[in-house]
Amino acid sequence: MADLALQRLIDQIQTARSQQAALDIRGGGTKAFYGEAPQGDPLDVRPLAGISSYEPSELVVTVRAGTPLAELEAVLAEQGQCLPFEPPRFRPDIKNQGSEPHGGTVGGMVAAGLSGPARAAVGSVRDYVLGATMLNGNGELLSFGGQVMKNVAGYDVSRVLAGSMGILGVICEVSLKVLPMPVATATLRFEFDAATALRQLNEWGKDPLPINASAWWDGTLVLRLAGAAAAVESARAQLGGELVDAAMAAGFWTGLRDHGDEFFAGAAKAVDGGATLWRLSVPQTAPPLKLPGQQLVEWGGAQRWLCTPLPAVQVRQAAASAQGHAVLFRGTDKRIGVFGPLSAPLLRIHRDLKKAFDPAAVFNRGRLIPEL
Amino acid sequence: MQTSGPANPEASTSERARRQSAVVAALGAVLPAHALLWQPEDTVPYECDGLTAYRRQPLVVVLPETEAQVAAVLKACHALQVPVVARGAGTGLSGGALPHAMGVTLSLAKFNRILAVDPYSRTATVQCGVRNLAISEAAAPHGLYYAPDPSSQIACTIGGNVAENSGGVHCLKYGLTLHNVLRVRGFTVEGEPVEFGSAALDVPGLDLMPVIVGSEGMLAVTIEVTVKLVPKPKLARCIMASFDDIRKAGDAVAAIIAAGIIPAGLEMMDKPMTAAVEDYVHANYDLTAEAILLCESDGTPEEVAEEIGRMQDVLVGAGATRMEVSRDEAQRLRFWSGRKNAFPASGRISPDYMCMDSTIPRKRLADILIAIAGMEKKYGLRCANVFHAGDGNLHPLILFDANDPDQLHRCELFGADILETSVRLGGTVTGEHGVGIEKLNSMCVQFTPEENAQMLALKRAFDPLELLNPGKVIPTLHRCAEYGKMHVSKGLLPFPELERF
Repeated sequence: MADLALQRLIDQIQTARSQQAALDIRGGGTKAFYGEAPQGDPLDVRPLAGISSYEPSELVVTVRAGTPLAELEAVLAEQGQCLPFEPPRFRPDIKNQGSEPHGGTVGGMVAAGLSGPARAAVGSVRDYVLGATMLNGNGELLSFGGQVMKNVAGYDVSRVLAGSMGILGVICEVSLKVLPMPVATATLRFEFDAATALRQLNEWGKDPLPINASAWWDGTLVLRLAGAAAAVESARAQLGGELVDAAMAAGFWTGLRDHGDEFFAGAAKAVDGGATLWRLSVPQTAPPLKLPGQQLVEWGGAQRWLCTPLPAVQVRQAAASAQGHAVLFRGTDKRIGVFGPLSAPLLRIHRDLKKAFDPAAVFNRGRLIPEL
Repeated sequence: MQTSGPANPEASTSERARRQSAVVAALGAVLPAHALLWQPEDTVPYECDGLTAYRRQPLVVVLPETEAQVAAVLKACHALQVPVVARGAGTGLSGGALPHAMGVTLSLAKFNRILAVDPYSRTATVQCGVRNLAISEAAAPHGLYYAPDPSSQIACTIGGNVAENSGGVHCLKYGLTLHNVLRVRGFTVEGEPVEFGSAALDVPGLDLMPVIVGSEGMLAVTIEVTVKLVPKPKLARCIMASFDDIRKAGDAVAAIIAAGIIPAGLEMMDKPMTAAVEDYVHANYDLTAEAILLCESDGTPEEVAEEIGRMQDVLVGAGATRMEVSRDEAQRLRFWSGRKNAFPASGRISPDYMCMDSTIPRKRLADILIAIAGMEKKYGLRCANVFHAGDGNLHPLILFDANDPDQLHRCELFGADILETSVRLGGTVTGEHGVGIEKLNSMCVQFTPEENAQMLALKRAFDPLELLNPGKVIPTLHRCAEYGKMHVSKGLLPFPELERF
């Protein structure tokens, strides 16, 4: 079957390869700020769009990479289903001319590998990828994984694409596991300092409670419960706290997910003023990180957003001593590297993997690791 | 009978002896004498794993006791360019731990210590040779457990679970090994320490955990694993439902999922399997039913009551002819006893059985069962079916007598037919048992030559000389050409909309 959108991508890859040129794989351009600076001519994946198959009773949707995420979520919502990992939907960046008003794409969601408030409870983007069709650096169309929940045939390349920032190839189509929306939710609010909030979150984790998301900022812990109505009801009784009005709660979690809430709005201003927004990924039991600046704690303590003027080296050190790592999420000075260092054997494996998938280094040069 | 097995890399006796003495000399320098086996009578127990139809004598077996010894073994083997096949409990069902005739079998059985169980972080750090069930037992005093529960959990090790990305009856709700592992520490093929994942939820760079988990020992050697522990549900109850028609049972599975319910377990047995297990466990299964569904709910008592009610409504609507809800834990375990004993029960009604492991989209359940019924006639062999219905993972058990070479041959053709039919129905040749040596031919049907070549290139990024468990999982081009069956096209699914250009 002739597929012009796909053929154009292949032609562009072959041309770039023969000219030893670089391509910058692009969807909606809403995450152009994220990662190392894009290099090369744009390779627009948006013409490769549409939902290829969706069967709610299979809990699987197969969708082309250029499909707007908003479109996919709307189709799932009609069937009472969702992407439980809550990928962020960043607003088009007005400073970035390539971005389109329809927002991010499904391919960009997978390639960036970012997950939202529910990640610690339900898993990440990677955990919901069941299969992917991709173009490698030779312009070969390859499919890995599939459309079924359990599949151990061959290496699971499709899941490695999650968070790969496009360095291995062009994601053309993905199959995703989807889930029913929770029957009931409730949001609770507690006045806790950071240490109390972290201790409580980890203590609660030992009980089979339907805690689906958490956020602590500036002396307030907000907790979202989600699950069967009876489970949410009994957890509410057990946990105490102050029940937040449902509409207000929904607005809060959406704002947090899409980085439109008060914390991230403040961070954006601070970044304009020269500060840096970091995403620290640490064990959820790590004690409060005593660093100057604003901190928002998510994922039961495992993700800590830090907006700070502190030198990058000190942030990296703090994350490393907490047994985690720090991603330079938004900032103007990225000389230290966005994603942090790799051990020597891992760096060697990354180099060889890049060569194995994209020998001529056509795709997203330097976007994940400066030298690759 | 030997002709049906995989080709054994041939080497002349003298070449093998020369190789063996060189390897023994090199490894003798880094291992105590009792950790190094090469006399045939000592290496016999390592000739096969759970797939006993395939056997090979390893050149040498080593049983290191320290990480330094593992590193030294790997370094020595790398210097001599000798293949290394890591091995845990040897319970694998696809021949993943089948020895290499000119290679070293690296038994990691001595690495059997639970290093830490931390209720506060809800994690356990264990050595690779710790048994799956032992983790849950160690976590039990804290009200926690390790969720993936393959049927072999009493014997299989976490290192093997990582190699195979093992599942179990509860993975519909709680995920596979991949979803429950935070960190894997071990060695590269060169004997260099390496760590994948971390104590945090993500790492810088590529997330390599999805290829390490399920790599069947071909990318690195796993020594230590940090797993997530989850709170033990306060209550679990199970519905046992009978159906007079296999298609109705399949539709009931889809209806439960469509109703927005994710059961803790959702399993099916067909009539021949039910008869076999009833004879074995006497659990009072409905022997008149064409199919039995086991449908479990777990959580708080309120949650379970709510979900069991919803599931009963769906099952009645789907035409269940009989339904029983477990009253207590003893009865719940009795409901499950047959399902958990499907393999030994099959062993009692047939001299041998071969267990298939394909996955299909749930909606094709009835189609594959009807196709299998046709294959029983075609190949003249019986087949009983158990099914992780909730996630579409089918375990047909083909019954045969391995002493009859023709039966073994027909059994292999029957198995390959099931796998290839599963691929055509939109599924995969292996859901949880791995490719190993058993399904190499079927990989030619599921993947194109380019896809297999890409996966081989991925292996070489970890293992440039292809020394870790070579010859498994990824078939060679030559092998696929000889097998001669066409690859089933997947590619991009048909475009649902009109062309835009």
